[in-house]
Amino acid sequence: MGEPTSVDARADALTADALGGDRRALARVLTAVENRTALAEPALRSLYPKAGRAHIVGITGPPGAGKSTLVSALIGEVRGGGRSVAVVAVDPSSPITGGALLGDRVRMQAYADDDDVFIRSMAARGHAGGLASTTGAATAVLDAVGFDLVLVETVGTGQSEVEVAAAADTTVVLEAPEMGDEVQAIKAGLLEVADLVVVNKGDKPGAQRTAAQLRAMLVATGGPAVGRPSGPDGADRPRPKRPEVLITTAATGDGVPELLAALDRHRALIAGADAGPARLARAEAQVWAIVGDRLRDQLHAESLRATTRQTLSEVAAHRLDPYAAADELLARLAVDGEVGGGNSAT
Amino acid sequence: MPDRPIKVLIAKPGLDGHDRGAKVLARGLRDEGFEVVYTGLRQTPEMIATAALQEDVDVVGLSILSGAHMTLLPRITKLLRERGLDDILVTAGGIIPDDDVPALAEAGVARVFGPGTTIAEVADYLRSNARPRD
Repeated sequence: MGEPTSVDARADALTADALGGDRRALARVLTAVENRTALAEPALRSLYPKAGRAHIVGITGPPGAGKSTLVSALIGEVRGGGRSVAVVAVDPSSPITGGALLGDRVRMQAYADDDDVFIRSMAARGHAGGLASTTGAATAVLDAVGFDLVLVETVGTGQSEVEVAAAADTTVVLEAPEMGDEVQAIKAGLLEVADLVVVNKGDKPGAQRTAAQLRAMLVATGGPAVGRPSGPDGADRPRPKRPEVLITTAATGDGVPELLAALDRHRALIAGADAGPARLARAEAQVWAIVGDRLRDQLHAESLRATTRQTLSEVAAHRLDPYAAADELLARLAVDGEVGGGNSAT
Repeated sequence: MPDRPIKVLIAKPGLDGHDRGAKVLARGLRDEGFEVVYTGLRQTPEMIATAALQEDVDVVGLSILSGAHMTLLPRITKLLRERGLDDILVTAGGIIPDDDVPALAEAGVARVFGPGTTIAEVADYLRSNARPRD
């Protein structure tokens, strides 16, 4: 840990190199962000204003639906059109050892010689919701250095890991054929946040039927394709989306050009419409995550660590309820006068 | 500051199709608390160097049973050096005769693990030799 100025100077040099196209510097900025090192904050401070131009596409769905294979096929399609593309692929961390096996790259190794393709694996590191807590920041870095598309592949998801919808402009939910009946399609959760639903493994029996069922359930009952317009009574009530349903066979590339065209259409749609709510939701998710981290850091700082532990063990022993405990911790911060302080202890 | 996991790339250069060992090691290192990027079979030296760069790994572990180690491993360490990645710890495992080890060490392969090496031995070696990070 050096002087603050030297950290800032190193961050400046690294971000300048990353912006200039140095992929090794880019990789090191991503590591700093992922590990929340001292370089992360100054680096993000200078990169964040340059982000906001890329099309950020979230790709989610159950394990084995073909997310990585589809991402690989999409990379080829995007490159065929001359645009650059970055991928953030998230895999789960072990809740027991903290280790992780990041295996998404296996299907994406064909682009080693192409400087306009950048693939980065991330371990979720205990974060629930399908992403790592730093995935949003990593996406912003890749956006800032100029990639046209950033594909965010979540961990294999179940029914309610909807966080990617806040992290992406366009959310693609992948399904495999015969994964469930029509009741699965009308449950709340993952399918609700889809801008596009893709039935992959289209060469398997049942793909057409699965797509038809999804179309019937999603398109017939859904709201408009974009935004959260007011209801018929004029009330500003959030309404579900009405996603398009596509069929792909990622392993052969069938349907992938149509998928990219649909992604581009959705992008044009949100650019034309009021993109405000989606971007605001993303900003909110990022800022609240940092607020949470900062509060936790402050409560674990030297001066408060002992009393924080004491309060937590009171809850563990059922002598104090969690709400009262939270109020107590927040009150302690307010007394300490530290809330809103700029620099958290490192 | 939280203890950050060591990030390891496990790759199989060349054409042999025997990846059970690499997979067992990848899984074993996961259980030892490492973050393991697994890239699978039939990797070219370029693919391995690019993956090491983009993933910013601390360690590259190469599994090779084809006998082509004297050609492929020095090519990989050379590419890593050319891309400014000489601080990455490079290790190898598989079927590599003892006589070849000194030349590989000369080329930048820090350690060759032979058959019968335990996961714990590999993990301990990586923990004490992977580059320090800020």
